[in-house]
Amino acid sequence: MKALLICEYREGKLLDASYELAAFADKLGAEKAMVLIGSEAEVPKVNGTVYLADAGKYGEYNPDVHKKIVLAAVERENPDYIVFVHSSYGWDLAPRVAATLKAAQISEIVNIVDGKFEVGICNSKLRRNVTPTTGKAVLTIQAGAFSVTDASQGVPQLERIDLADGASSLEFVGYEPAEKKDVDLTRAEVIVSAGRGVGKKENVPVIASLAKALGGELGASRPVVDAGWVEHSHQVGTTGQTVSPKLYVACGISGAIQHLAGMKKSDFIVAINKDKDAPIGEVADVLVVADVLQFVPALTGMLQK
Amino acid sequence: MKVLVCIKQVPDMESRFKANSSGNWYDEADLAFRMNEYDEYAVEQAVQLREQLGDAADVTVISIGPDRVQEALKKALAMGCDRGVHVQDPVSSLKDPWQIASIIATFAKDKGFDLIFAGMQSQDRGSAQVGVTVAEQLGYSCATTLVGFACSDGVITAKRELEGGLKGVVKLKTPALVTCQLGLNVPRYPTLPNIMKAKKKEILSIPVADILKEEALATTTSVHPPARKGGGIVLEGDLNDMAAQLIGILKEKTAVLR
Repeated sequence: MKALLICEYREGKLLDASYELAAFADKLGAEKAMVLIGSEAEVPKVNGTVYLADAGKYGEYNPDVHKKIVLAAVERENPDYIVFVHSSYGWDLAPRVAATLKAAQISEIVNIVDGKFEVGICNSKLRRNVTPTTGKAVLTIQAGAFSVTDASQGVPQLERIDLADGASSLEFVGYEPAEKKDVDLTRAEVIVSAGRGVGKKENVPVIASLAKALGGELGASRPVVDAGWVEHSHQVGTTGQTVSPKLYVACGISGAIQHLAGMKKSDFIVAINKDKDAPIGEVADVLVVADVLQFVPALTGMLQK
Repeated sequence: MKVLVCIKQVPDMESRFKANSSGNWYDEADLAFRMNEYDEYAVEQAVQLREQLGDAADVTVISIGPDRVQEALKKALAMGCDRGVHVQDPVSSLKDPWQIASIIATFAKDKGFDLIFAGMQSQDRGSAQVGVTVAEQLGYSCATTLVGFACSDGVITAKRELEGGLKGVVKLKTPALVTCQLGLNVPRYPTLPNIMKAKKKEILSIPVADILKEEALATTTSVHPPARKGGGIVLEGDLNDMAAQLIGILKEKTAVLR
């Protein structure tokens, strides 16, 4: 069994998530080859072939061309699986490759169970096992689901890929940096986050008071930020900040995959949710089954005594 | 400019879910269905473009599924789409993304759509495949995960959301397909007069068998609740008792309370 792993590269750097692809392939028991559209200085330290194409020439984000590069590597390597991280790069490029090969695509794999790929449905409230029926399959893996155990120190063998035709229907204009943060959650020791369960903007101070009582910062889940209840700089999750404080308190957060990926490495996690079956319970050290608007003031009051 | 919007109807994600008796999807009994949240942003963006271009634009909205999806189509029409297309399929939830994309692409082929909007993923299946696959099947240019959109003279400037707050700006030419991320715009609530007006708009029905010729490329072998990791303490009961217990646990297990 052979897996072709598609690395990610942005702003001149290999992204660490690329090593999660290798961890996934190891768990699958597959032989590894990698594709990097990047630079030689940033080649992943993994044993096996790395197909290298020059990002200076082909762009960091250029899906039409990157698809052709991946297909060229598929042609040479003949893998069973072509694996991406389920990220803004991976979910954008993977279906293009899959459609061209008419290969099954299985998205956002969280686990391998008896050789079957497990994915989440309905905000991960249920899981689904999926098997491709095509000879080759394209896979995307959930960021953070396959952790890198040992520091990879392999020696890659480079193979260059050069395309004769670099035409693209898309023009990459440039990056727009993240908005300036008024709070750096990555340095906070305690984070108390508000989720949709707080109900409305007027209730956010209830959560902020608990954060203050615990000497921590206010965090928030995506829906709360999208609704304008809390500033984006407080957002925890894949599109916000990835945090690992000593204590994380999730208030009224059901635990969408994107949120869990941003906080599950916290040392100690408390979840307050009236739904005992909410997915946040999966990562919580303590789950308090209660209405946040009743429990949080009671807790804050007791802490202030 | 001819515009197509692809929408899906999904259950309210706050619901409790359990596997169906065949173990290949969730049980739909007792679930309330609504328009997929990502697709609301797609509809809103299409309607804003319609307003920008006036009668030079024409917006068709398409959905695949059982009769209940007409409710989602009616909402899109009330938001401002011009006409609806219902691909009738009582078991659309069992189709894989390749088949769903094939249905849409087969419908859209030769109809000369300049621009297709879709949500970046559905809230229930979450494969994030259908939009891009439709673009591939039609040979359209494609940008995903939009949090910014502008269109003038057939050139789309799209702002893509990347990780950690970073964004990437791209330009693409029509014909194109874009997938919409949450926060792209503020989806409107249909007003009562517009709901009334929408009742007069046409919804064309097409039996799925007429336009689906593709087999599934993947098989669902089981649907089940996530394995409980265990070890987590669950507190239930009186508020003050729970608060006291929690403070005790935090003092014992963390260094943040003394």
